[in-house]
Order: sequence, then structure tokens, then C-alpha cells
Amino acid sequence: MSACTVGLLVGMAIFAGVHRAVMPQAWIETANPRTVHIAGEFIESNLGSAVEADGSVTVRALGQQFSFTPQCVVVPSDTPVTIRATSADVVHGFLITGTNINTMLVPGYISILPVKFKTPGEHTMPCQEFCGLGHEGMWAKVKVIDKAAFATLAAKQRRLTCVE
Amino acid sequence: MLNSKRLVLAHFWLAFVVFGLALLLGEWQMFARSPLNPGLGNSDWYYRSVTAHGSAMGYVFPTLIAMGFGYAITELALKKPLIGRRWAWTGLAMVAVGAVVALIPVSLGLASVLYTFYPPMVGNPFYYIGVVLVVVGSWIWVALMSINMIVWKRENPDKPVPLAMFANVAGAYLWGWTAVGAAIEVLLLILPVALGFKDTIDAGLSRVFFSWTLHAIVYFWLMPTYIAYYTIFPRAIGGRLYSDAMGRIAFILFVVVSMPIGVHHLFADPQVGGGFKFIQSVFTAMVSLPTLVTIFTICASAEIASRLRGGRGPFGWVKALPWGNPMMLATTFSLLMLGFGGVGGLINMSYQLNTSIHNTQWITGHFHLIFAGAIVIMYFAIAYDLWPHLTGRILKTGRMMKAQLWLWFVGMIVTTFPWHYVGILGMPRRMAFYDYANPEIAKQAFSVSMSVVGGALLVVSAVLFFTILIRGHRAERADPGEYRFAQAVHEPVRLPAALNGFALWLTLMIGLTVVNYGYPIAQLLALGSSTSVPAVYVGAPQ
Repeated sequence: MSACTVGLLVGMAIFAGVHRAVMPQAWIETANPRTVHIAGEFIESNLGSAVEADGSVTVRALGQQFSFTPQCVVVPSDTPVTIRATSADVVHGFLITGTNINTMLVPGYISILPVKFKTPGEHTMPCQEFCGLGHEGMWAKVKVIDKAAFATLAAKQRRLTCVE
Repeated sequence: MLNSKRLVLAHFWLAFVVFGLALLLGEWQMFARSPLNPGLGNSDWYYRSVTAHGSAMGYVFPTLIAMGFGYAITELALKKPLIGRRWAWTGLAMVAVGAVVALIPVSLGLASVLYTFYPPMVGNPFYYIGVVLVVVGSWIWVALMSINMIVWKRENPDKPVPLAMFANVAGAYLWGWTAVGAAIEVLLLILPVALGFKDTIDAGLSRVFFSWTLHAIVYFWLMPTYIAYYTIFPRAIGGRLYSDAMGRIAFILFVVVSMPIGVHHLFADPQVGGGFKFIQSVFTAMVSLPTLVTIFTICASAEIASRLRGGRGPFGWVKALPWGNPMMLATTFSLLMLGFGGVGGLINMSYQLNTSIHNTQWITGHFHLIFAGAIVIMYFAIAYDLWPHLTGRILKTGRMMKAQLWLWFVGMIVTTFPWHYVGILGMPRRMAFYDYANPEIAKQAFSVSMSVVGGALLVVSAVLFFTILIRGHRAERADPGEYRFAQAVHEPVRLPAALNGFALWLTLMIGLTVVNYGYPIAQLLALGSSTSVPAVYVGAPQ
């Protein structure tokens, strides 16, 4: 019985892994946490989702004790998305439930993930690495919305979030 | 011939006392973050507890078992008194003092950084100093094991080193070298910051050094278990070891390939490139080889024992095994948990599959199944096997012992299977509190509660374990006879140098580590101070 359970658990993990295959990050980029707020791509006005010239979307996010900026990430469905994120203080990480998106955020380095969300929906995005007393409260949200709806929003705003 | 009985007993008792206390913390943590906890939970106490539980279970408990068992093996296998007994007591004192020095700041809430350290968070310097003392104390043991084997070989030229001692020394060398990664991290990167000489640290580089230790440390924990499989189990069930050479090859493979693979803990990290992530993934796959060799050899040894007892048929022999024997029971449970945990481990080490479970509760479930399950159940069995020889008194192998082993096995399955499941659902690790009112997290409530129940079974099992050992100290005196390790079907008469010593294998061990870690470390060092980040002091006055 337990052998079947193990088989099932392993089967689920393999299915999840192959079905939504994600490659580990292959190269190193750096960001200085002492200046990350005032210069470069992670200044506050540049965080959130941005539409690139080729139609893909780049999400820039920052983790800090004990929240993400933005706390609600909005992305279009069925569109290539690149997440670029780093930490402003200690080691954090995030995973997006129901997907294979899962990375560490190490201060000093930039985490880069190419991803694609197939269908609209809502996901939670917890910090998955111990980052101090308060780690348990570090949860963000990801809203995947219809491609067309996203395009309408993007026409009005340079950087999108769903923080209310 | 066991001369250093008090020395071995002192190691085992200190180990098990630490284990008992840390187990209670573990079960409290399971409860505190479960939906069964009516209160809101206090995250400060929770993370103190996680740090204490991890440091005690990871650094102190298995190290003391390996040391105590190692001293026993030296005398029992080489049939001569231990060389350097005073040094051995010094090592034990360092581990004991180190454990206390480390755990005081932890319990005061001054070092809630977990046993994996997590710079740039930096805690009270005494936490790290305590851990260093524990490791240095264990390095005395590493040196003593090496010296005892070398002296014996000089006195017995051309004779094969007994398998138990060969494996014991393999474990010692493995630990000596794998601890270097964390030692560099603590001594060169963290302590200068904790002591206030520096205020920045490269978190990425620290993680690379720690990964060097983090994976192979598990094989160090595993060594006493594997030694028991090969050198106690076949004798205890009345059989023979299927192959002595297979055992040597398995231990050699652990020495060579368990270090250069730690980067599989960093697949999701941004500071290591894809090439070395992939190479180390491949190397990790290789480390399953000694385990497969072991499972085959141990099952074959069991078959030999069964057929000697009259077991028949291609599968019928399984029935004829001595199922009432505690060593039979413990080894079976251990191999089952090793099998389940090992298959899960293949997911974790896989270059791509890792992301579906990285840093989720699956991982915690996984290493509890391997360490607390497959490994620790054999620590119990080792204690049961050695106790009469250590105390000179009878240890009853009755119903209580069987109940203890059954409870540990069932408790571990009930704890870890739901743990794996919630991991797949995306439940993150190391959180003091989960909002079960959130519909997404509500789905995990039942499984998390099951794990609390499993943990309670483990606590009951531990109570039985202590009862059995304490009773053993009060039982009637009896001569247990000479201690014997398992004999192989074909006892080695002459062995090639490669199967009787470590020169070649240590060269390979160090060489492969330098190759697989050299480039990732050099790459980060070349970035200079640009990636050093300000330390965030933990427990500092606000």
C-alpha cells in the first residue's frame, strides 16, 4: 500500500516536473542590494510587469523582510514571461503554487526565470526560504489574466501590478 | 574485547539524550504550525526551536553515534585496545561543551538562523563557536580512526583490514573532508562578521561552501547504518554476508562521489551557472550506485540466512526469515524507508524535476524519511546489539523492542508521506504559521494534522526506547560472550591495496571536489566584493 503511495507521489512529482519543465538558471547576473532601491532596474517605479517590444512580458520584483514588491503580480495568460527578481536584504525565495516556478532570491544576485502561464487564474506566491522572524507572513499573489485584458491595462500604464 | 566501555556508553548516552530532547522540539513544531494549534503561535519560539532541533539532530546526535560506534568498532574489529583513549575523551568533551555553548544563544533567541546558517543573517558568535567546537571534537575522532587503522596495518602486513573497520574509517575520512566546506564558511565568512570585524558577507558564496557540506553530511549520518547492514545484520539473523568486496566498493564509492555533488541543493540559486549544476546532477545520480549495491548485497545475505534455516522457493524464503529478531525487523524497516526516501531523492537531484518540490515541505519529508527513518532506526538497532557488551547485562529482546521498532516505522511513514504530499501542493518550508482559512491552504490541513499524529507515535516509540535501555542497565549480569561481526561467504584472505586502504580514493575524493567546486567558487571570488551584502544581525536589540 505504501509502495503505491510512494509511486503515486513520485509520479505526481515527475508529471509536474515534465509537464511544466523549467530549466535551472544557467548564468550569473549581479545587483548590489545597497543601491538596488536608488539605481538600476529594481527601483520602485520599474517594479511590476512590463510589455517588451517583442510582445513578451518582463516581471521585475524585489523581496525584502517580510514582503515582496509588488505584493500582487499580474501577468497575461499564454504569453512568454521573464521574471527578474532579487533580494534587498537577506536570502528569500518564492514559489508560485500550481506551477513549476520556484527560485531562490540571494542578495547580490539576480534570479531570472522564463515562464509561461497557460490559463487565467489566481495563485499564491509564498517566500519558501527562512528569512527571519516574520517569514511566515511573507506571501504574495499572482493573478494570471486573459491576454487581451492585459493588453488593455498595459496600454494605460507602463508598469502593471494588481496591488489594490 | 571491549576495553573502552565507559567511553562508548558516554557517547551513546549523550547522543540519545540530545536526540530525545530534540525529538520533543520536533513534535512541538509539527503541532505549533498545524491547524490543531488553537493559538496564533509565536514565531520567535518556533524559529528558536527549529534552530535547536536542526543543530542538535544534524550536528550533535549523529556525530556522537558515529564516534561512539567507531571507538567500539576499533576495539571489536581490530581486537586490541583503542590507541588515544584520552584524546577520545577530549573529543567527547569538546562536542559536549560545543553543544551547550551553541544552544545557549539559540534558546535565548540570539541565533535563530537555523542550522543551515543563512547568511547574511548573522546570529550570536557563540552559536557558531559552539558548532565549530562540535566539529573540531569530531575531527579528533577522524584522526584517531585513521591512526588506529594505520598502526594495525603496520602490525598486520598483508592482512585485510576487517570490513567494519574499513567502513568506519571510510566514514571518518568522508566526514573530515566534507566538514571543510561549512568550516570555511563559518571561520572565514560568518565568524568575522558575527564578531564585528566586518559587516558585509557574500551570501551566494556562503551558500556554495555550505552545499559542499550539506549533502555529504547525510552520508556521514548514514555510515553507521550501512556498517550495521553489512557487518551486524547477517550475523544477527544467523547468516553470512554475501560479499565482503561489494561492501568495500560501496564504502569507497561513498568516499569518492558524495562530496562533489552538493550543488544539487543550489539548482534554484542564481549564483551558480548551468554547467556545474548539470554536472553535479549527474554525479548525484552516481551516488545512488553504492546504495543499489548495498540493497542487493543485504537482500542476498538475508536469502543466505533464510536458506540456512530451511527457507525454500524463489520467494518462499522470505517467510523463513527470523521476523521476531529485532535486527531483522529494524533492517527491513530501514531498507523500506531508504527505498521510499531514495526514490524521492531522485526527484530532488534531477536537474529539472527539482523545481516542482524545491524548498517545499516535500524536502523536509524526504530527509526525515531518510535520516530520522532509515538511518536512526538502525542507530536503535546498533544500541540494542551493543548494549549487552557495554553493560555486561542481559538486554531483553522481547515485545517492547519489537513494538518500539514498529512504532518508529509506522510513525515515520504517517509523518512523512503527508509531508511529501503537501509539498507537491506547494506548501513552503520553515514557517511558524499557515493561514488555514485561505482556501488554497485549507486543502493541506488534514495532511498536516496527520503528520502531528505520526510525530506523536515517534515520541511514544522514543519513550519505549529509553525504557528498554534503562532496564538494560538494571538487568541481571550475564556474560554476552565474544562480540562477532558478520562473516562473509568468502572471507577475504589477501586484498589488493585499493580495497584495503584509502590512498587512491582520498586523492580522487579531494580531486573531484576541487574540480567540481573549484570553478563555481573561483567564479564568485572573481566577482570580488561587488556581491558582498550588509549583514542583518539576528536577535540584536531593536
